Amino acid sequence: MDELTGLVSEAERLIAEASDIQALDQVRVHFLGKKGSFTELMKGLGKLSAEERPAAGQAINQAKGAVQQALEARKQTLKDEVLHARLESEKVDVTLPGRGQQTGGLHPVTLTLQRIESLFSQLGFSVAEGPEIEDDFHNFEALNIPETHPARAMHDTFYFDAHTLLRTHTSPVQIRTMKQGQPPLRIIAPGRVYRCDSDLTHTPMFHQVEGLMVDENVSFAQLKGVMDDFLRNFFEADLAVRFRPSYFPFTEPSAEADIQCVMCGGEGCRVCSHTGWIEILGCGMVHPEVFRHVGIDSEKYTGFAFGLGVERMAMLRYGVNDLRLFFENDLRFLQQFN
Amino acid sequence: MKFSEQWLREWVNPSVSTEELCHQLTMAGLEVDAVEPVAALFSGVVVAEVLSVEPHPDADKLRVTQVNVGEGEPVQIVCGAANVRPGLRVPCAMVGAVLPGDFKIKKAKLRGVPSNGMLASASELGLVESAEGLMELPTDAPVGTNFRDYLQLDDVTIELGLTPNRGDCLSIAGIARETGVLNHADVSGPACEAVASSIDDSFSVAINAPEACPRYLGRVIRGVNVAAETPLWMAERLRRSGIRSLSAVVDVTNYVLLELGQPMHAFDLGKLSGGIQVRMATAGEKIKLLNDTEVELDGETLVIADGNGPVAMAGVMGGSASAVGDATRDIFLESAFFTPAAIAGKARRYGLHTDSSHRFERGVSPQMATKAIARATALLLDIVGGDVGPVVEVCSEANLPKAHPITLRHARVTRVLGTEVAKDSIEEILCRLEMKVESVDGGWQVTAPAFRFDITIEEDLIEEIGRIIGYSNLPSIRPHGSLTMGERPEAKLSIADLAAVLVERGYQEAITYTFVEPKMQQLLDPQRETIALANPISADMSVMRTTLWAGLLPVLQHNLNRQQGRVRLFEYGLRFLPQGDGELVQDNVLAGVVYGEVLPEQWGSESMKIDFFDIKGDVEAVLGLTGCVSDFAFRAESHPALHPGQSARISRDGRDIGWLGALHPSLEQKLGLSGQTFLFEIESSAITSGNVAKFGEISKFPAIRRDIAVEMDRDISAMRLFDTVKSAAPDNLRNLKLFDVYEGEHIDSGRKSLALGLTLQAQSRTLTDSEVDSAIDAVVRTLANELGAKLRE
Repeated sequence: MDELTGLVSEAERLIAEASDIQALDQVRVHFLGKKGSFTELMKGLGKLSAEERPAAGQAINQAKGAVQQALEARKQTLKDEVLHARLESEKVDVTLPGRGQQTGGLHPVTLTLQRIESLFSQLGFSVAEGPEIEDDFHNFEALNIPETHPARAMHDTFYFDAHTLLRTHTSPVQIRTMKQGQPPLRIIAPGRVYRCDSDLTHTPMFHQVEGLMVDENVSFAQLKGVMDDFLRNFFEADLAVRFRPSYFPFTEPSAEADIQCVMCGGEGCRVCSHTGWIEILGCGMVHPEVFRHVGIDSEKYTGFAFGLGVERMAMLRYGVNDLRLFFENDLRFLQQFN
Repeated sequence: MKFSEQWLREWVNPSVSTEELCHQLTMAGLEVDAVEPVAALFSGVVVAEVLSVEPHPDADKLRVTQVNVGEGEPVQIVCGAANVRPGLRVPCAMVGAVLPGDFKIKKAKLRGVPSNGMLASASELGLVESAEGLMELPTDAPVGTNFRDYLQLDDVTIELGLTPNRGDCLSIAGIARETGVLNHADVSGPACEAVASSIDDSFSVAINAPEACPRYLGRVIRGVNVAAETPLWMAERLRRSGIRSLSAVVDVTNYVLLELGQPMHAFDLGKLSGGIQVRMATAGEKIKLLNDTEVELDGETLVIADGNGPVAMAGVMGGSASAVGDATRDIFLESAFFTPAAIAGKARRYGLHTDSSHRFERGVSPQMATKAIARATALLLDIVGGDVGPVVEVCSEANLPKAHPITLRHARVTRVLGTEVAKDSIEEILCRLEMKVESVDGGWQVTAPAFRFDITIEEDLIEEIGRIIGYSNLPSIRPHGSLTMGERPEAKLSIADLAAVLVERGYQEAITYTFVEPKMQQLLDPQRETIALANPISADMSVMRTTLWAGLLPVLQHNLNRQQGRVRLFEYGLRFLPQGDGELVQDNVLAGVVYGEVLPEQWGSESMKIDFFDIKGDVEAVLGLTGCVSDFAFRAESHPALHPGQSARISRDGRDIGWLGALHPSLEQKLGLSGQTFLFEIESSAITSGNVAKFGEISKFPAIRRDIAVEMDRDISAMRLFDTVKSAAPDNLRNLKLFDVYEGEHIDSGRKSLALGLTLQAQSRTLTDSEVDSAIDAVVRTLANELGAKLRE
C-alpha cells in the first residue's frame, strides 16, 4: 500500500510540475498509459489471492482515479492559462476611435422642414410642390393681389420679364393645388422663395411653408387650434401663442401669430425686441375671391391657410443668430446639426 | 404712421396707460412697431430770456450774456451760438442740469469768464439729430417755466406698422376713432367749420377725368406772409410725427394730412395760368417735380394741369415750377378726392412714394376734402394771414364711391369664426364702427362708412367682428374630420430616403442660391441657354442655374479656403432649363461634389485620395435604393465640365438622367482647386420610383462557383464583358462577380485582364461538374469569338 501512496504523490508532484499540455500528457502516459505504472500494478493483481484481490483492486482504482482527477484538473488549469494568455495578448484599447466613414448630415433648414412636415402629416396634411419661377397670375393675381395693389410693394419681386418672376411666397402652390382638386384638401407646401432684399436680416432666397386646409366647416377657431398645437409641438414647450388681426389679400379674416419669446420666456430680450413676443406666422381664412379664381364654391367650403418662414423657425429652435449662415454652407456650421 | 400720444389724447382720452393703449392697438390689428420718448431725458432746463450780449474779452466766437431765468438775479452765461441776441427766448440749462448723454452742467470758466449754465440748441436737448444755433422760442414763452412742461415733452411717439387695408388709420382722426371704438370712449376733434370768404377771387377748376377725380375743391388765398414762423406747437407735433418743419404753408398742409388724413397741396397762384384742369397726362408730357427730378409721364397718369401743362402729378407730388416759395404772395389751395384705382401703383411706377400717394392709394374718405380745406384755411389765416376767396368745388356724384349694403348672415359669422356671437353683440360692434346696420331675416344689411375702403364683402365684416371681440377671445379648437387614410405607394422613394444614403456616406447637405454667377454657369454648362433676372441683387447672382454644380463648387472653394481638406456635399433642388420654344423646364436634381480623402483622417486606415470609383459607389448606393439596379447604365461620354477620360453619362432604361465624373483639369485650374474634384448630378424624378420587392424561391441545392481570368483589349468596357458573359451563360448563372482588374507586367500593353467569379445553381437539383464545365467552356468560347478575349492560365 505504501507503494501505491508513493506512486500517487509522485504522480501528483509530476502533474503539478507539468508546465504545458505536452508535458502533462507525458505524465499521463507515464502513469496511466498502456505501459504505465498503474497498468503494471493492475497486472500484478493476478498474483494476489482471490480474497485480497478486490480490496487491492479497489485501492489501485481509487489511486488511479485520484491521479486521473489531478490530471484533468491540471489540464483545465493549463488550458485556462493558455486562453488567458491569448486573451491578454489580444486585448485592444477600446477607447481608440472606430474605423470608417463619418456620417454627414442634413442642412438645418431641411431638418426644420422635415420636422414641420412630420407634425402636419399626423393631421393628414400631404406635401405639395410648385415651380419657383412663377407667373404673375399664380403669384399675385389669383391671390387677390392685382397689379396696382399696395401689397405688391410688400413683396420685393425678382422679375425675368413683365409676367415671369421668382415666386415671392409659397402661396401660389395653394392656387395650383386648389385648381387641381376639390375639397377636402389638406396640404403643406414647403419650398424656396425669393425677395429682392439682402442685408443682415434678409437673404434674397429663403424658405417658407404654406399650409392649406379646405373643407365644409373649417373655421377660424380651428385655425387657432391647429396653429396652437403646431407651435407648441414644434418648440416642445407650452408656449403662449397670441393672434393679432393682420392683412393678407388672400385671406379674410387674416391674422398674425406671435409666440412667447423662446429665448427669454417672455421676459423681453434682444431677440424679441424687448416685447416678449415673436412674430412667427401669418394666417387666415381663405378669401372668397381666391376660391372664385380656382373654381371652389365658397358657400359650400371654407378653409384656412398659413405661411411661415423656415429659417426663422430654425433660428429660434437651434439658437442660430445670423440668417446668412444658412446659405454660406460652411462645414463648421453645417456639421453642428449632424 | 408715427404720432404723438398727447395729440391722440387730445382727441380721445381713455383711462388706460401708454402700455395698455399700445397693446390694444396691436391686438386690434394696428400693430405698434415702436414707442419712443419724444425727447431724450434731461432735467434742469428752463425757458430763459437773453437780456444782454457782450463780446468775450479773449475769444472772438464767444459772447458773454446776461440771462433772465425767471428768479432772482440774471445769470451770466458764456455762449458761442451765432443767433444769440438780446430779447431772444431760449431753453437754458441751469447749473445742476443733466442733458441727454448724461451731460452735467456745472459752474465753469470759459477763457477766464465765469459761466453759470448753458443756452441750448434743439440737438443738445435731443429733440433733433442736428440743429444750427440756439433753439428759438416764441416771444411769449413764459420765462422761468420748466422747459419740459412748456413743450409738454413727457410724451411718446408711437409708430404703427399699418397694413395696406387700414388707410383709414393714417391720421390722428382715424386712430382716435379706432381707440374710441376699443374703449367705448367719446372722440372729439377740433372744430372744422367753413371759413367764409372775404374776397371774391377764385381760380377755375375743370375735371376731365371724373372717374379718377370725382371731387376737387380749391380756393384762393391772397396776400399770405410766407415768411411767418410755424408755431412751435405745430412744429413740435410735426416733429413728433417724423415730419420736418419746412415753411408755414407747407407745414399747415402736412399738419392737416396728419390730423385728418387728407393730403392737400398749395400752389403759388402767381405761377398758375388759365385754370386748373384735372386730366390724364398725354404720353410724353414732362413735369419737373418738387424733388427736382423731371419725369416723362405716360397716358395713364392723372395730372393737375393749368393752361401751360401739368403742374402736379395728382395725389403724388407737386411740380417745382408752381411750388410755394419765398416770393409767393397768393396761393391756390387744393383739397381733392382721387380714387385709389387712379393713384394705386402710379407713384411706384415713377420710383416715388409720398405721404400723399401712400394715403390716396389706400383710400381717403371722399367726404374729407371739404372738412380739410376748412381746417387748413383756418390754420393758414392764423399763421400766414391773407384774404380768403370762396371754395370752388367740382364734383361728379356719379363717380364717387357708392356705399353698397353688404348682406351679413348670422350663420355665416358662426361658421367662419367657429363660434356663435350673440346677435346684439354683432349689432353693437358694427354700430360702434360707424356702420349702418339694418336687420333682415337671418342677419343684416350693413353699409360701411365712406372712410372704410376695405369693407366690401361679408368676410370683411366677419373680420371686423372678430377683431373687435379680440382674436384672443375667440376659441381655439381642434378640427374634427373623417379619418381617411392617404396613399403610401411603396415603390415611391422620397428625397429624404436618398439623402439618408448620402448622409450615411459622409455627405453634408448644402443649400445654395439658385441664381448664380454667369461666369461660373458659363464654365460648367457653356452650350446651354440660361434665363437671367431683370433686377438681380448683384451681377454675381443674376442667372438661374442649369446645374447645381454652379452653386456647389463655390461652396467647395469657400470651405477649402477655410482649412477644410475634405469636403463632401450634396444639394437637392431645381435647375432651370430654357427650351428653344420659349418653354422652361424646372426640374429637381440631386447633385454632389466630393474632394479630398476617401475617409476622414484616422489611425486605422491608410490615407487614400478619392477616385472615380469612390463617387460611383456613392451614386450606385443611391440608385440601389430603387431596387432596380439593372435599369441603370453608365457609359463613357464627355461633358464640357468633366475630365474626358473620367466622365459617365447615367441612364435609366435608355433615357439619360445624369452625369458623373471628375472635374475637368482645366476647370480645376481656373477655380484654383489643387486636388481632384468629383461631381455628380441626377434628375430626381428618375430615381424616386422603384420596385415593390418580389420574392423568388431559394434553391435548396448547392451553388458551384468557377473563377476565370480573361485577357482582352483595354478599350473593351467591363459592361460589355458582363453582357457577353450573361448572354453566353445558362439561365442558372446566379451571380457574376468581378474580383480583379489587372494591367501591366506579364500582359501585352493595350490589353488588360479581368477576373470573374461565376456562380451557378439550379432550382431543382444539384448541378454536375460536367454541366458546369461545359457552361464555363461556352462562356469562354463566346468571349473569345465576340471580344477576342483569351483565358489566362
